[in-house]
Amino acid sequence: MQNRKKDFPILNKQSLVYLDTAASSLTPNAVIDKLNEYYNEYPVNVHRGVYKLSYRATEAYQDARQTIADFISASFEEVIFTRGASSALNLVALSYGEKVLKSGDEVIVSELEHHSHVLPWQQLAKRKGAKLIYVPLSKAGRITVDAFKQVLTDRTKIVALTYVSNVMGYETPIKEITRLAHQKNAIVSVDAAQAAPHRAIDVNDLDCDFLAFSAHKMFGPTGVGVLYGKKRLLDIMDPLEFGGDMNDNVDKFDGDWKDTPYKFETGTPPIAEAIGFAEAVRYIKKIGFKAIIAHENTLRQKAVDALSNIKGVTIYNPTAETGIINFNLDDVHPHDVVSFFDEDHIALRAGHHCAQLLIKWLNVPATLRASFYVYNDEADIDTFIDSVKRARTFFSDIGF
Amino acid sequence: MHQLETLYRQIIMDHYKNPRNKGLLDDDRYIKNHIKNPSCGDDITIQTLIKSGEVKDIRHEGSGCSICCSSASVLSSLLKGKTVDEAQQVTKSYLNMIMKQPFDESIDLEDALAYQGVTKFPARVKCASIAWKAFEATLKKASEKTDE
Repeated sequence: MQNRKKDFPILNKQSLVYLDTAASSLTPNAVIDKLNEYYNEYPVNVHRGVYKLSYRATEAYQDARQTIADFISASFEEVIFTRGASSALNLVALSYGEKVLKSGDEVIVSELEHHSHVLPWQQLAKRKGAKLIYVPLSKAGRITVDAFKQVLTDRTKIVALTYVSNVMGYETPIKEITRLAHQKNAIVSVDAAQAAPHRAIDVNDLDCDFLAFSAHKMFGPTGVGVLYGKKRLLDIMDPLEFGGDMNDNVDKFDGDWKDTPYKFETGTPPIAEAIGFAEAVRYIKKIGFKAIIAHENTLRQKAVDALSNIKGVTIYNPTAETGIINFNLDDVHPHDVVSFFDEDHIALRAGHHCAQLLIKWLNVPATLRASFYVYNDEADIDTFIDSVKRARTFFSDIGF
Repeated sequence: MHQLETLYRQIIMDHYKNPRNKGLLDDDRYIKNHIKNPSCGDDITIQTLIKSGEVKDIRHEGSGCSICCSSASVLSSLLKGKTVDEAQQVTKSYLNMIMKQPFDESIDLEDALAYQGVTKFPARVKCASIAWKAFEATLKKASEKTDE
């Protein structure tokens, strides 16, 4: 992989080893320039204006939708812009789930889920008298097809699982799980927030029913994400929000709605963000997933090998297939450690990573998470490992 | 040299490794307050016995980083035996100190002064404040009780 650091202004402004991509990726010049282009050249609303500038904004916004549809092999009307993956996953539960879920139905989730993919279903199940079923995780903390088979029943209506765990970095066998779920006529909702930045996604091949991801984890701006849904499912779903732009005809006592995706996008959408999102996708395509995966694997393996040789460090996911390392310094709270890294200009995450169920499953108060992307290089790993070693010594010496 | 060394001072490490007044009591006369920092998992409960305008006892329990846990221990040993008014002043002074606000330096913060270093670590101010915030809420509860 060529040196990508020059593409990211923040990395040229200050000394920074950024290992928190799993929370938010850094933004490349190409995306920042695209946002500026919108605000400089056609900073107006979409769909409404019948003047040249508005036409240009509308076209750019629609192009963005097409670019993202192509990115996951979906069609244009199956891509809904949302505030992010969280609101996309909420939309599935609150609109589709609300419509179909009945008392006694079962919803399969896992302890690997981000809060945004378990709480919407948990709360809905509570309201509806449906049952929330957890796939038992393997010893390593994985969702396996075999374990999934154990919990799949004729009562399963919804399967809501993460594609790549945001803490463990494991890839879920979504394709096989979807095939099995469909045999029981259950629908499958996939949280792809950690997958889309690092893996090629083909929704036709996966055959999942819903899939969500966020721009800000894949070089894009904050405030925008996507819900993919199969057209026939989106067609039967009701909008959650009503207002401008989503309606066809408004009468005093009733109204009707546009077709998908527009019926789910009321109000002025995140125009600049969607256009920036598409540019981020183009940036990813230019590098290519083959190169991204190879690069992340190299960095992860180097880091895992080095960490494994430091006494008093525990890695919880040594076999993960994506660039996330979940670890702790034994007997030192991650919040203490992360301040040490911060002093060394290394940014990484300490806490429960919005996945409290997994942290409880691991039976630790919190963990440290290092995650890698294209702007990291081997020198970053060296700096990181050196810091871990010195942190280990420092905390041992002062009595931890 | 790491600035961290100036933060993790002897006093803090001592209270972290050998916490005073740790463990809650099953006693209804105590006022309990629980505070959680959901982003990092710090989780502290402060249990206080107030009688005739005096802080008779403070207990604490919870989990968190060294700054969070040690500050609960420091708080308990510092404020035990003080009048409610004194405890209130010390608490106010401490919280102002770690939040880099002007604070009354004539009030003796004793061991709690060690936490002044936390101002250099803005991301850790929350860790140093949780226990004290829980205690502040306790005093508020106590004053409401007396008002009734």
